[in-house]
Amino acid sequence: MNAQIAAAWRALPGALAGHVLVSACALALGLALSLPLAVLAARHARVRWPALALASLVQTVPSLALLALFYPLLLALSAALRPLIGVVLPALGFLPALLALTLYSMLPILRTAIAGLTGVDPAVIEAADGVGMTPSQRLWRIEAPLAAPVVMAGVRTAAVWTIGAATLSTTVGQTSLGDYIFAGLQTENWVFVLFGCAASAILALAADQLLGLIEAGAGARDRRRIALGAAGLIAGTLACLAPAAASGLGAAPARYVVGAKNFSEQFTLAALIGDRLKASGAGVSVRQGLGSAVIFRALASGDLDVYVDYSGTLWTNVLGHAGASPPAEMVEDLKQELKARYGVELLGPLGFENAYALAMKGDRARTLGVASIADLAPHAPDLTLGSDLEFLSRPEWASLRGAYGLSFKAQRSFSPTFMYRALQDGEADVVSAFSSDGRIAADGLTVLADPKGALPSYDAVILISPRRVNDARLRQALQPLIGRIDVQAMRQANLMVDRDQDKQTPAQAAAFLESRLR
Amino acid sequence: MDVPAIALDRIGKSFDGRRTFAVRDVSLDVARGAFLALVGGSGAGKSTLLKTINRLIEPDEGAVSLDGRPVMAGPPALLRRGFGYVFQGVGLFPHMTVAENIAITPRLLGWPQGEIVARVDELLALVGLPAAYGARRPDALSGGQRQRVGIARALAARPPVMLMDEPFGALDPLTRADLGQAYRALHDRLGLTTVMVTHDLQEAVLLADRIAVMKEGRLLGVDTPAALLASDNPDIAALMAAPRRMAERVAARLEGRP
Repeated sequence: MNAQIAAAWRALPGALAGHVLVSACALALGLALSLPLAVLAARHARVRWPALALASLVQTVPSLALLALFYPLLLALSAALRPLIGVVLPALGFLPALLALTLYSMLPILRTAIAGLTGVDPAVIEAADGVGMTPSQRLWRIEAPLAAPVVMAGVRTAAVWTIGAATLSTTVGQTSLGDYIFAGLQTENWVFVLFGCAASAILALAADQLLGLIEAGAGARDRRRIALGAAGLIAGTLACLAPAAASGLGAAPARYVVGAKNFSEQFTLAALIGDRLKASGAGVSVRQGLGSAVIFRALASGDLDVYVDYSGTLWTNVLGHAGASPPAEMVEDLKQELKARYGVELLGPLGFENAYALAMKGDRARTLGVASIADLAPHAPDLTLGSDLEFLSRPEWASLRGAYGLSFKAQRSFSPTFMYRALQDGEADVVSAFSSDGRIAADGLTVLADPKGALPSYDAVILISPRRVNDARLRQALQPLIGRIDVQAMRQANLMVDRDQDKQTPAQAAAFLESRLR
Repeated sequence: MDVPAIALDRIGKSFDGRRTFAVRDVSLDVARGAFLALVGGSGAGKSTLLKTINRLIEPDEGAVSLDGRPVMAGPPALLRRGFGYVFQGVGLFPHMTVAENIAITPRLLGWPQGEIVARVDELLALVGLPAAYGARRPDALSGGQRQRVGIARALAARPPVMLMDEPFGALDPLTRADLGQAYRALHDRLGLTTVMVTHDLQEAVLLADRIAVMKEGRLLGVDTPAALLASDNPDIAALMAAPRRMAERVAARLEGRP
């Protein structure tokens, strides 16, 4: 417990800096866009309706989806702009998070600014015109100061929303306090989850209070309070950014970007790769919590340098093949095709497989007399399938269902951690387990055989981005991993992170794997 | 003959794309130093006509000249700084002190700070407010005091012409009569030219030298109160007879006659 808290504190300066940076920039950009738009909308009813409708529409898009949508959008934009301006837009990390959060911050500011400006007493406006103010003098001397307290209320709301939603920017590869929450949820590290929530809440409260001071100052026309609030905000922002800026200037710049999907094994392998690169003297940053669909494209477009994927996933989801081929051939085929189609290098398999497999509690399987998926099919209509969030929409499930004629009573999706819990609690009878998962052995689960070979194999393979293909340092650091991690080692490492007692961090599990290499 | 301070030439204004006209074909001269009241019922177009003078409303037809020069050239904001404008809503800026309110037009015109301070004190005295009121916020004043500040603000940059739109309409009768007389005294003392919109005939008769009567956007006639009373236009005669009839009825009631 104390070790977890200590680990959380150690990661705080980086996570806080990333979080504050993206929130502050998004809020500043949101203000810079919303305020002129609000002035325009307040003066012209024809602008007002579309502006508000659009901002409201953005607000109805779930923030997680909004962030994810910016990734393909930026990728397409980058592809379109590259020939024109010769610059590659980063589609992952800061930029998509900034844009999504900016859009998200606009509605409350826009709405209150329009209300504040249109709410100014018409007699005061008439007087301002009557004494001979130009439209811009009227705006700055009369309308802006009178609307300021109302606008500030909107800015406070926007700040609280933005700081909260910024935790989600972890999913597009921007470091934030969400790193704690997402990693914690996946590894059942509740200390991390709480730590991330508390840090983000404290940050939001602090920003809200300082903005409140400015709001009260604007209402009472008290310059001292406005200055105090503004100074507090600036000082706080700088204090949060300072450690990262200092280390950013001092240390070598992050040369390699290692990607990880959103489960424990990926966190551990990313830590392992990162440690090896660091040991070679390179700078490393890890972007974890990325979805399966995003991560390969990020690698292909050069936003990531290296990550571990699984042959079956690449075969069916990335390349779009239907049938499975034997493991050895598949890796070879993949290698050729990924190179030809994307320029991505498959360095080699790590030596273990993390396949999708259907699993049941051991005693339940024995009672029903089920040892394979074929045995399961007749019982399926009475059983509930628990799956991870991706499985039911993946081609593997379609192939499995088609091959065995599976039709469950109900199908429920969980994040992987909760999927195993659901099996224990009886909320699911069968789950889409991962064969390298330490919990299969720890929970005494029976993995059902796949006699028809409907599920492809899922050898873990290291992928290298096109721009790093000829990077000797990278190859040298990672070559020793090829074929050296067997499934027992990986299960044990996964269990270290996933178990409830004596829980370890992915970094510790990576160290364990590293020690087995020697 | 002297060039009129304000000359309106065939002014027309429509708010609905020329289907109906709020003001139609109004020509009117106001001599320098004159006090003209614009009267008529609601919707007669009085306020619209007044606002075309300082281009708070741009006329669709016709031209306005000041001292023989057309006003349509140049930005309207600069033009307005040359007028005093007082209206029923007063519109004191709530986030400024009384002194800052009064100082606004001189400040827009870039007067030196010392001159502005002196002028504010002078104006507070002129409209009969203690100098200490300069530091107050508008919401700490009574309705009558607010309009005194409104008049001081309008006079601040020494405009030769005052445009007043129902300036005393929101005040109680006593304050209204007081402030009306006080303003008329200022008009005479400062040699102003004043155009005042009012729906109150009695006020018009008491304050103005000449009265312009409007109905449905048109000007029915302009003359001294006495001459208008003798007009052969039945609308004008009826309108002008109203204050006297009212005064007679009031006197009769007060003397106990039926």
